[in-house]
Amino acid sequence: MALPAQKIRLPERISRPDKQPDAAAPAMMPPPALKVLTGSCHDTGPSQPVAAGQLTIALVGQPNVGKSTVFNMLTGLNQHVGNWPGKTVEQKTGFFRANGASLALVDLPGTYSLSANSEEERIARDYLIRARPAVVMAVVNAAILERSLYLVAELLALGLPLVVGLNMLDVAEQRGVHIEPHVLAAALGVPVIPLVASKNQGVQELVDAALAVAADPASQKANRPTIRPEHQPVLAAVEAILRRAAGDIGGGEGEISASPGAQADAPQDADVDRISLTDYPADWAALKLLEGDGEITALARADLPPAVWDEIHAHLLAHEDAYLDIAGGRYEWIGRMARAAVTRPKAGVITRTERLDRVATHPLFGMGLLLAMFGLVFWFTYTVATPITDWLSGTVLAGLSTALGALLGGTPAWFSGLLVDGLLAGAGTVLTFLPILVIFFAALGVLEDTGYLARGAYVMDRFMHMMGLHGKSFLPLFLGFGCNVPAVLGARILEDRRARLLTILLAPLVPCTARLAVIAFLAPAFFGPQAALASWGLVALNLVVLAAVGIAVNRLAFGGAQTAFIMELPLYHIPNPRTVGLYVWNNTLSFVRKAGSLILIASAVVWLLSNLPGGAIETSLLARFGRWLAPVGSWMGLADWRIMVALLSSFFAKENTIATLGILFGTGAGTGLATQVAAILTPAARWAFLVAQMLFIPCLATVATIKQETASWRWTGASVALLLALSLGAAALVYQVGTLLAGG
Amino acid sequence: MSMVSRAIAPFRRHWRHQGQQPEVDAVAPPFTALSHLPPGRSALVRVLRGGREFCSRVANLGFTEGASIQVQQNYGRGPILVEVRGALVALGRAEAEKILVQAEES
Repeated sequence: MALPAQKIRLPERISRPDKQPDAAAPAMMPPPALKVLTGSCHDTGPSQPVAAGQLTIALVGQPNVGKSTVFNMLTGLNQHVGNWPGKTVEQKTGFFRANGASLALVDLPGTYSLSANSEEERIARDYLIRARPAVVMAVVNAAILERSLYLVAELLALGLPLVVGLNMLDVAEQRGVHIEPHVLAAALGVPVIPLVASKNQGVQELVDAALAVAADPASQKANRPTIRPEHQPVLAAVEAILRRAAGDIGGGEGEISASPGAQADAPQDADVDRISLTDYPADWAALKLLEGDGEITALARADLPPAVWDEIHAHLLAHEDAYLDIAGGRYEWIGRMARAAVTRPKAGVITRTERLDRVATHPLFGMGLLLAMFGLVFWFTYTVATPITDWLSGTVLAGLSTALGALLGGTPAWFSGLLVDGLLAGAGTVLTFLPILVIFFAALGVLEDTGYLARGAYVMDRFMHMMGLHGKSFLPLFLGFGCNVPAVLGARILEDRRARLLTILLAPLVPCTARLAVIAFLAPAFFGPQAALASWGLVALNLVVLAAVGIAVNRLAFGGAQTAFIMELPLYHIPNPRTVGLYVWNNTLSFVRKAGSLILIASAVVWLLSNLPGGAIETSLLARFGRWLAPVGSWMGLADWRIMVALLSSFFAKENTIATLGILFGTGAGTGLATQVAAILTPAARWAFLVAQMLFIPCLATVATIKQETASWRWTGASVALLLALSLGAAALVYQVGTLLAGG
Repeated sequence: MSMVSRAIAPFRRHWRHQGQQPEVDAVAPPFTALSHLPPGRSALVRVLRGGREFCSRVANLGFTEGASIQVQQNYGRGPILVEVRGALVALGRAEAEKILVQAEES
């Protein structure tokens, strides 16, 4: 505790906008080491803007204000996507140049406030307070001005150099709300720049204003929000105690500074990475104590001498009701600041959002619309992707494999075999699978950016409640239809740990495009004209199992608890091509990085195991392993070792099943393969095989992501064991019943 | 309209709407739980019940004492949709139960 209050502590939680591409693969890697070496070349934290030649701007805003549109407009593909050190919250840093300055833009998580109600809020405020960006750009939504200014009011209380981007002015005008930016600027005492970020209007002006503030932060005369008169004495008293205590202990003022930005050349404190109460401005800490902020209260209790804490505690107890009044007071202050700047329509205008929501959020029509959207996304994905995929596998890959085979004519057979039948075939699986994924993400990105997905979550809330989850869990699960990895990652949006764990556990039961591709490949040969029906049946089975597991786990492991469902529905708007494009790009890139390399390695391993020793598949290591598994397979009618090996290889990546079958049947993934596989299986066994395939343990990339997100081997193990038991059990049941029906 | 009938008007309407007995034991008129407010009705937020984190979260979203809200959708079960400070917020039924409001005359 005995630390000089003026020092800036960077080491632990600041951003690491290093540009090494390997550091950008977030999901597969274990969370970055907690401790970042201070002063390493990767630290471009704002305390050393001169050394790094880079100015750090923090981008903050509530959810749904268009913050990421501003971020994407400014930084484009110059983005680094990773995790906040030691956290499961995504961190984006972008780089760009403006007016000759090299700028690093740190995209802080979207938060409604700077309370410590969620990990995102803690990250945002710790970053602002400890890393001290040169300037903060706050984006607000003009259509919901008062609500978005709530975060600005908290930022003003922190005394950081600030510019406000007043976004979505066009939407506000449509709703009949007219805002005068310069009046608002005068009231707040900070620059307010009008923006229509989706059309790239005003973004450059926002940067100019930010640079002007960063150049001379001391000149900014920002208005500090006041709290209600009845609480001002107690706030002053607590603040005075904090200042006195900090002065006693550290010799400083117990406050970072009244003139923000002045710390840029302050000495760095290299050996301390623990937050202490004196890291926070005293007036802000006092306010948060009055608000009952859990984190600050715990810090005060731990850091202050008992007598001092008791003194503060007595004040807080006497004003226990204050914590709600402070939020209310903040809104009153915002109302006073905004009043002169805003003109509202007299009568309620029926907006586009309200008209659309009459259908989209209706329990019945909304569900119908959701199913229709769902069907449309899949129809669109496969209609557009199938010709591309066929062309890639039929023309491009076949040509490549012939060319490579000819090129390697003089090399040993094992070498060309490994390259052509192992690696190239594996790369082909990834490549042919990519169009499906890209188009699915594009469709999903459009739905997300229009604001529709939140309606889907709202409509699904009733169903999710049966599993003790709520509507928000629907969003990551829906993502799972593309790929389970982003589904597991997407569970981060859930505030409650129990809901997050359950959603992660259920995510692998959502049939991803890779599994659907296997079904699409095998079903026509397996079921003939009934292929489409059978495919839908298999998807439906997965969803039924998902619901059953959800209900059972919630009852048995969590005692049927429910979590709070509080979610904002954004206004509908026209999707922005750049936002959707970058959404697709980032998701696809992380898939290729994570799954791509795993599939390549797996293909090489399968090829090697199927050729060693001796080169004949029948006597290979893989065949021996497969035969050893045959007894298990025979319960499911899958006694052929090749089928069992193909099933197992789906652990590396689901679509590996086809590649492996191709290698084992010696035909490649051509058209004859499905017929050949169908020929050795009875109808009941075909069902069993596909059921096992659909419910099988999550792929390696998903398992690694589960481990990373749950930070628990127990949960990861439980997830794998559960799915293994489910898939084998269900397949055996299907086979036994199917055989019985066929026989009887 | 007398004071008394004015005070119970929200409940009357509510009974008609719900067709069942509301959980009035803990909620004294003229306050009513947000979950019992029919669609289209406006009200002022009065009391937040529940834990500190819940109260803090909804207060940050704009559900503070005296804030004007309007119910956009309430089918008697499942989540409800409320407009608060210009934003559309979905609340689970259990969460809406914890926000006590005073209905405005319509």
